[in-house]
Amino acid sequence: MIELRSVSKSYGKKAAVRDLSFTVRPGLVTGFLGPNGSGKSTTMRLILGLDAPDGGEVTVNGKRYRDHRAPLHQVGALLEASSIHTGRSAYDHLLAMAQTHGLGRDRVEAMIELVGLGDVARKRAGTFSLGMRQRLGIASALLADPRVVMLDEPINGLDPEGILWVRNLLKRLATEGKTVFVSSHLMSEMALTADHLIVIGKGELIADVGVREMISGASQSSVRVRSPHASRLAEVIAAPDVSVRSLGADLIEVKGIDAQEVGLAAHVSGIVLYELAPRQASLEDAFMEMTGEAIEYRAGDGDSLAAAIGEAA
Amino acid sequence: MESVGLPLGVQPVTQRRVVSSEWTKLISLRSTRWALAATVLLAIGIGLLACIVFETRWAHLSAHDRADFHPLSVSLAGINFAQLALGVLGVLVITGEYSTGMIRSTLAAVPRRLPMLWGKALVFGATAFAVSLPATFIVFWVGQAILSGEHINIGIGDPGVFRALIGVPLFLTAMGLFGLALGAILRSTAGGIAALAGIVFVLPPIIGLLPTSVADSIDPYLPSNAGGAIWTITPDPGTLAPWAGFGVFCAYVAIAMALAAVLLVRRDA
Repeated sequence: MIELRSVSKSYGKKAAVRDLSFTVRPGLVTGFLGPNGSGKSTTMRLILGLDAPDGGEVTVNGKRYRDHRAPLHQVGALLEASSIHTGRSAYDHLLAMAQTHGLGRDRVEAMIELVGLGDVARKRAGTFSLGMRQRLGIASALLADPRVVMLDEPINGLDPEGILWVRNLLKRLATEGKTVFVSSHLMSEMALTADHLIVIGKGELIADVGVREMISGASQSSVRVRSPHASRLAEVIAAPDVSVRSLGADLIEVKGIDAQEVGLAAHVSGIVLYELAPRQASLEDAFMEMTGEAIEYRAGDGDSLAAAIGEAA
Repeated sequence: MESVGLPLGVQPVTQRRVVSSEWTKLISLRSTRWALAATVLLAIGIGLLACIVFETRWAHLSAHDRADFHPLSVSLAGINFAQLALGVLGVLVITGEYSTGMIRSTLAAVPRRLPMLWGKALVFGATAFAVSLPATFIVFWVGQAILSGEHINIGIGDPGVFRALIGVPLFLTAMGLFGLALGAILRSTAGGIAALAGIVFVLPPIIGLLPTSVADSIDPYLPSNAGGAIWTITPDPGTLAPWAGFGVFCAYVAIAMALAAVLLVRRDA
């Protein structure tokens, strides 16, 4: 369990995280989503106590990270891929990490086996590809059987087989009851892996929502209708489970009834239609819509953020 | 795939465990082996070379040169270079973690931070001493054996010699720890090495530019001069007594280390 309460952090004059509160629960894979520069890495650094928050409180399993006696058993983290001395072998890196918590060579070898680095374990980490470094980082994270697994962009640099492996690993860790917190700027990846999503932009919380909830939102199709009498058509089709949104002077988006019903209603009322287009909303659309709505309540940062998320997604 | 959730013997982090971790880190890097080899080669190589030059040229040296000659300081001629090699290694022991990002992993494992700094100081200090002690005695014995060809050697029983020979590894160790502290304060390899070289090699000549009366009162207290007193047996007038000088040098190291500790706890990693 990770809990943030009103956490803020600035570097110089630049606010990296603003009044951020959320809880990451055990037994689920929680995706941490946001465009590059939105404060994901900062948040993870605050959780590990690498940086101190200016305000607010961050706890892991009920205590500040630094107050745990065996911190690596509480949180196993993969931070930005390069948290390894490039001159040291994978084996020696893991051994040095293991020794701080009284773990031995058996555990190091088991982790090397688990992530499939057996052939290169004695080579210097500086010679590793990004994918191999990610695997080493994951081995390092899992070393002390952590209750919370926190990974920053773990699939970066992995091949398709590696991505599948990480996805299954995360799901299995969650099934074992661990808290799994994974950052990504890829909505599509999170949709496949995560059970729950925490979305941030410009250091602020945008959404804290279940993936299923989001997918059900996304599966709702809509119909775009262009007509010179759009507003009259809206009155005609009005019903409790039908929603109509105006997108322009003569353009509306209708949810709750399909294109066929709209066309029929228009014919019966003698309304001319220029366009009648059924649309299946994608997950990305739902994501954009959700974040877009969330942003409207916060004056100012809407446009650039939505654009940035759109780019990332 | 085997299970990740093995029941494990995870133990709390203790200073002793951090020390074993830091030992693994120190010996697993190539730069450590290079710097330690350089320390030994410079200390022994330059010292022996100086002894050979004096022994073979002795008959042709002027009375002035002969008056300046001291068998102990000639055999220890390489120490001034060895101190730089160990000092640089001291800087690298900590700045290598910052430049590669390893520091994030280190501080995630030891979030209380200070045990990491003490662990590094202990492990590196012990290693520096263990390497420089035999190197000092080897260059002394072999060097004096060479000088004995002209009967200009000195014995370990002569006044101050044994103290100087113990003083050399103590001085080199303190210099290495000084480098470690400067590296921890500046968190940059280039900055740490520049600061160390500046204090050891550049500061004394700068002080020399001051009026002599002022320079003479500052000179003995410069880190390198104060520390050097421990392995000098023919002190210039005005230098500090051997152990007093070494005490002053250790005070500099302690102050730098204390500043490093305060900054380590206070700063974001």
